[in-house]
Amino acid sequence: MSLLELDGVKVHFPIKKGVLFDRTVGHVYAVDGISLKVEAGQTYGLVGESGCGKTTLGRSVLRLVDITEGSVVLDGTDLAKLPGEEMRRFRRRLQMVFQDPLGSLNPRQNIESILSEGMVAHGIGKDQEERREKIKSILDKVGLPSNALARYPHEFSGGQRQRIGIARALVLEPDVIICDEPVSALDVSVQAQVINLLEELQEELGLTYLVIAHDLAVVRHISDVIGVMYLGSLVEEAPSDALYAEPKHPYTKALMSAVPVPDPEVEDQRERILLVGDLPSPANPPSGCRFHTRCPWAQAERCSTERPELRDVGGGHRVACHFAEEIAAGTLKLTAGEVVSATREGVEDAPPTLPEQAERAEAAVAEAEEAEEAEKAVKAEKADTVEAADAPEKADTAEEKAAEPLEAGKAAEPEPRKAVTTEKDATTEKDAKDAKDAKDAEAEKAAEAGKAEKADEAV
Amino acid sequence: MSLLSVDELTVTFGGVGRKESRAVDGVSFEVDQGQVVGLVGESGCGKSVTSLALMGLLPHKGVKVGGRAEFDGTDLFTMSPSARRDLRGSQMAMIFQDPLSSLNPVVPVGVQVTEILERHRGMKGEAARKEAAHLLDRVGIPDPTRRLKEFPHQLSGGMRQRALIAMAVACAPSLLIADEPTTALDVTIQAQILELLKELVDQEGTALLMITHDLGVVAGLCDQVNVLYAGKVVESAGRRELFAHPTHPYAHGLLGSIPRLDSPRGEALKPIRGSINDRIAWADGCAFAPRCDRYEMGCLTGTPPLTEPRAAGHEVRCVHPVLDDAKAEEVPA
Repeated sequence: MSLLELDGVKVHFPIKKGVLFDRTVGHVYAVDGISLKVEAGQTYGLVGESGCGKTTLGRSVLRLVDITEGSVVLDGTDLAKLPGEEMRRFRRRLQMVFQDPLGSLNPRQNIESILSEGMVAHGIGKDQEERREKIKSILDKVGLPSNALARYPHEFSGGQRQRIGIARALVLEPDVIICDEPVSALDVSVQAQVINLLEELQEELGLTYLVIAHDLAVVRHISDVIGVMYLGSLVEEAPSDALYAEPKHPYTKALMSAVPVPDPEVEDQRERILLVGDLPSPANPPSGCRFHTRCPWAQAERCSTERPELRDVGGGHRVACHFAEEIAAGTLKLTAGEVVSATREGVEDAPPTLPEQAERAEAAVAEAEEAEEAEKAVKAEKADTVEAADAPEKADTAEEKAAEPLEAGKAAEPEPRKAVTTEKDATTEKDAKDAKDAKDAEAEKAAEAGKAEKADEAV
Repeated sequence: MSLLSVDELTVTFGGVGRKESRAVDGVSFEVDQGQVVGLVGESGCGKSVTSLALMGLLPHKGVKVGGRAEFDGTDLFTMSPSARRDLRGSQMAMIFQDPLSSLNPVVPVGVQVTEILERHRGMKGEAARKEAAHLLDRVGIPDPTRRLKEFPHQLSGGMRQRALIAMAVACAPSLLIADEPTTALDVTIQAQILELLKELVDQEGTALLMITHDLGVVAGLCDQVNVLYAGKVVESAGRRELFAHPTHPYAHGLLGSIPRLDSPRGEALKPIRGSINDRIAWADGCAFAPRCDRYEMGCLTGTPPLTEPRAAGHEVRCVHPVLDDAKAEEVPA
């Protein structure tokens, strides 16, 4: 049996109107029927864009918002039905790490006070002395100095504050920690520290996480199983690697294609699925499949009338799409949206490895007028002499400037990076390439002209 | 020559009874016609202040701006305020990070767009409204005539950002400065906005200065990337070169610390230790030294110069750059 089981959880917020009579005129369907299982010692990642209900779901597990329908079972106890006081005591086993580390720490309490509050409430530790010892050991685990005890939240950096938030959850020795956007408020270089800390703690203490985040890359990194949410319901659930290897739901496909990868080589090969429009209002969700209004593969029949259920398509991969198989097989055509390249068309320095690109660049050089070539060579030499003669600092700038015309040329036309490694190399390479066959290159000619002009100014 | 050339730009806040704080500490870069240049860095590295200084949007009091910035041959910092106003919005325009707080909440979107057309293009009344509708249509806002009458809060986040872009491109500027244009947006909307920016750059030949903390955004968009740390450019290279051979320990560490969608799972990230607060003044040495794994005593003898240890055009401000390729490839590929 799983440690935490959600079954058909719904959280609907009423929309009230009227002054005297609080008439309920509708509902915001924030969470609309979610069932998932979190296994002990594992990490379940919940991703989705803002407004999809992922935070509300996390809060509903802790009963920080009321559950309209469904059950949340932790270790055999249905939390949705627990009376207040029992629920309060149960919260020791379920803790939360909040998104905004500064906003979730009381600025007027010192760290010791913040961390011991929960312990006092749950009766952990005989006296303050014992609690302090415990807090010290936890602070050590999360990588904070023990002199942090007497300090206040504002004295810490963002990453450290998040560590305090994690420590606050840990002092109660919970079974499950719900992390709501644990790193989104942090800088990238600090994000990695906190992600690693969460992973280390899990290994050491055997924690179970429910991680809620919008950043697919972060969630993929730390989760064993990922659930993708759209407008209050799960559209896909799969083990982390399977989801990445083959996203089956159109929304997951679009979401994954939209995340930019910090690597030009990868970006050049990637395509992006552009969705049309924005997220519909959860107060007035579309009929049938919630995603059909934006789905690139939406079909005329079924999609707008019949709401797809999560169904298993093998290997623990669950998808809520009528046409998942057809889309995977490529038999369905795009009906909306478009697929575009992830890289900008005219972006500089195309890969030197691609054969056609190299050919094009060669052609460009071959077509360029010889006079210009010669001129450029002279300019480059001149730049070199300047470099040699002047003080080191000045030489630097001269070098920079000599490099500049080449850069400008690159910007205008894709050219292999190799061709512009150094001024001298560039010219020799070009001479060599001169001999080769030429193709169309009028535009490149213009670029060359631009270079020459630049060189004039630079030298 | 370059469209925009920034030379040793410094911006200092405070003074008079308070400790001065130097947000931008000698930033130099150039943007050519039609080129996309990225300024990348974490919060507090001075990237936004750089853009505000270039646009002349910093407050007059309590801020000292030094260095030179030439736009199309004219010095931005010595020109008269009225000339600057003529330039701003028509020749150089800016797209801000938070579309809700940079639009006036009590003025309809249409009025905010036509305002620019009236100021810079001398259009009036119906003609201006028509042009505004055309602009909104061009940035992909459906039903533009209706949207013109609406207030910013009635538009979705992505649409607000589109409206801001429409305002920025209203006068076909030759330079567009985009300060974290997609940070406040969801990824699927971010993809739409990036696509729009790509189209603008490719079709109109607008030069774009892209300011972002997201290295992923830069990878597919920028020709030239400048990495900022604590107010100085620490590495500058073409995008392919930079991502293939991050040479400054900071850039190298940054690329190693980002979880990537396509990296094998289970591999621990290599974070950069400490935070941006752990830094020393550039005048004393390398500001990154306290967080750097390659730190040696030599790092603390004055500002490290920009050198080209790897290839021409790939500038690195480091005494002990990461030149070992084997090491660079350790970054999750």
